[in-house]
Amino acid sequence: MNRLMVWLPLGVFAILVGFFFKGLTLDPREQPSALIGQPVPAFELTDLNTGQLLSREMLPKEPFLLNVWASWCITCQVEHPYLTKLSEQMPVVGLNYKDTETAAKNWLQKLGDPYAMQIFDPSGRLGLDLGVAGAPETFLVDSSGVIHLRIQGEVNDRVFTQKIQPMLEMIQ
Amino acid sequence: MIPEIGHFALVLAFGVSICLAVFPLYGYLTNQNGFCATAKPLALLQGLALAVSFGVLMYGFLAHDFSIKYVADNSNLDLPWYFRMSAVWGAHEGSLLLWALILGFWGVAVALFSRGIPDHMSALVLSVMGMIGVGFLAFMLFTSNPFVRILPFAPGNGADLNPLLQDPGLIFHPPMLYMGYVGLSVAFAFAMASLISGKLDATWARWSRPWTTVAWAFLTLGIALGSWWAYYELGWGGWWFWDPVENASLIPWLVATALMHSLAVTEKRGLFRSWTLLLAIAGFSLSLLGTFLVRSGVLNSVHAFANDPERGVFILGFLIVVIGGSLTLYALRASKVSEPGEFGWISRESFLLFNNLVLTVMAVSVLLGTLYPLFVDAIGGGKVSVGPPFFNAVFVPLTAILVSGMAFGPLAKWRQSDDPKLYRPLIVTLIVSVVVGLVWPSIVGGAYSIATAVGVTLALWIAIATGLDVVRKIAVYGGISATFSRIEKGTIGMWLAHFGVGVMIFGVVMVENHTEHRDVRMGVGDSQRLGSYNVRMTDLAVINGPNYVADQATFQIYQAETLYKTVTPQKRRYNASGMVMTESAIDSGFTRDLYIAMGEPLGEGDWAVRLSVKPFVDWIWAGAFLMGLGGFVSITDKRYRKRIKEEKSEAAVEGATA
Repeated sequence: MNRLMVWLPLGVFAILVGFFFKGLTLDPREQPSALIGQPVPAFELTDLNTGQLLSREMLPKEPFLLNVWASWCITCQVEHPYLTKLSEQMPVVGLNYKDTETAAKNWLQKLGDPYAMQIFDPSGRLGLDLGVAGAPETFLVDSSGVIHLRIQGEVNDRVFTQKIQPMLEMIQ
Repeated sequence: MIPEIGHFALVLAFGVSICLAVFPLYGYLTNQNGFCATAKPLALLQGLALAVSFGVLMYGFLAHDFSIKYVADNSNLDLPWYFRMSAVWGAHEGSLLLWALILGFWGVAVALFSRGIPDHMSALVLSVMGMIGVGFLAFMLFTSNPFVRILPFAPGNGADLNPLLQDPGLIFHPPMLYMGYVGLSVAFAFAMASLISGKLDATWARWSRPWTTVAWAFLTLGIALGSWWAYYELGWGGWWFWDPVENASLIPWLVATALMHSLAVTEKRGLFRSWTLLLAIAGFSLSLLGTFLVRSGVLNSVHAFANDPERGVFILGFLIVVIGGSLTLYALRASKVSEPGEFGWISRESFLLFNNLVLTVMAVSVLLGTLYPLFVDAIGGGKVSVGPPFFNAVFVPLTAILVSGMAFGPLAKWRQSDDPKLYRPLIVTLIVSVVVGLVWPSIVGGAYSIATAVGVTLALWIAIATGLDVVRKIAVYGGISATFSRIEKGTIGMWLAHFGVGVMIFGVVMVENHTEHRDVRMGVGDSQRLGSYNVRMTDLAVINGPNYVADQATFQIYQAETLYKTVTPQKRRYNASGMVMTESAIDSGFTRDLYIAMGEPLGEGDWAVRLSVKPFVDWIWAGAFLMGLGGFVSITDKRYRKRIKEEKSEAAVEGATA
């Protein structure tokens, strides 16, 4: 075999190692959101419970959580008790995502409704603007309506203390 | 107290593996037989220490010793005993211990079954395996010790095993897979030993061939079990997802398959030496790489273990030492390897070379597809994922190319084989396969599928060509029993494995192109058509399992008007973790599986229900089983048990007749 060719496997491996080393410092799960530091996109949607027309300007004027959920989402049920507890500390705004009115209302009736308001988004329009990949997702929004954090998947005690709380202290 | 024994045994194994890595190598380099002779006893001692350590951890699970953190994290008072046993390898630390145990086992096997190999050679092989052991045991002891205790206040109950893993599939899948992964270390060690000693002739190929084959067979069965587990436990009804972790097992499998074939050429003809060495190094390196990808959190996957950058750095360092070291040694020595002998453009050698090229391209493309997201992310391109479309687009045509060569290869002779008469029978085979292949989609019904026609043609083409080879050999040997008693067992193994490939391809083609699949809304009393059956939901109930609560639906499957079967799929919620799992109901059959899984509750007692008919899906695993079986049959050949003295004369005779 050629003198130089035999070194080729080692060379390829060296390049791979470089990438792996870099890869160790990156978290594949972390999906950067283009909306971090941006205001919540404008919307005009109805409130699931009252039927009242809601817009960006009506969001709470204090830091709050925007929780994307749906009745078809199992993990949403899992995180629901924790969100209910959290709602005593800070407002939680619901974004009912790609759901039907009856199913969503039944769900809230059965499991309780801790939400300060409930944006009803059956077509997933606002979800799309927010870059939602699936339910549940939760955004931390400050008093001026700017998004600071995106959490994909369940919100629980660990996520709250490790991610939400430090950010909350920063923006307060 | 008892956990300390396990911990101590692990430390002992670490110490022994250091000795095993150093003494025999030192003995070899300084020509002191006394040091070489320590290899076998040390390998046995290492195996024993690891067995004790593993046994203690298993005892910890069985006895609910929650003072061991690993047990507390992965077991529960309600967990049934058989899952407590398999929970030993259900998470990171314990599965590493299983890995180490199996390395110890292979070391013991080499020590016991290497009487046919010169002592200094087996000493070198065991020394290399000892080095691998040092790396893995250090990794365990310093970053992932399974014997860490929670003292003085041990929890009263554990957090439970991940529900995904509470399944019979998990009891066998990892041990089988690891037998394969780690078994490749033997072929690697043989390659390294021959590189260290500089004896790069064909004998090392003969020595490492049975080890490679058996490791390959375990790997085949391990991957197949994993695929079967995903099929019925993950609740999606697919059998392969091109998930990074699946790919991490497929890549070494492809390389090991190539290695098996090139070893045949190296053993029989002394050719491809340098290439075979490289494959032996690559096979094990890629299985280590798979470990790195799974454990370090570099790639995202449904299987991913809890990731920890510190562990990642350690494994990466280990990879650099093992792979970098072996490739450096390879580069230094392989340039001196001569390749005696020639072969014609059309010969057994050229077909095997073709096989090796295609398999290598397959392995490289799967590797690139798997690592692509990492590359893009590392150069700042953001998060991307490479999905099944890429892998299918690359893999399917390559498989078709590979398979077309499989019919010719076994018929070809060594050296020169361009006599068209040899291949004439294949023309008939091809005509039969094409005709049946073209007609088949019409028999199946539905829209005519060209993919099915091509796939069935290929599957038949291998199956018939393999059968043809069997018939031809029987004609040569005169009689079936004479053939099977006198022929090399490797040939029988090859028939089984090649036939298995045909069976598997047929299954894959049918499932991928003719699965009938519907998601429907059903409540008690509702009926739905499923293939030629009628499915009726007759009951919904809440069931209390040992450690979960489940919604269970009862379905009656009717064939025409008669009740064929009653099945009960479940949606389980595990108490300790709150995780929700789908237990699908599957009625397996020779020509089809009926698949019923519960989706989401839709309110008013209705559920989203997934109904599928999957034609010939079990043939996929049956084919893989045949392939694995072929591997095990191959290694029963007498010539692998010959002593050193007989070997020379045998080799001469074989060289003359082959």
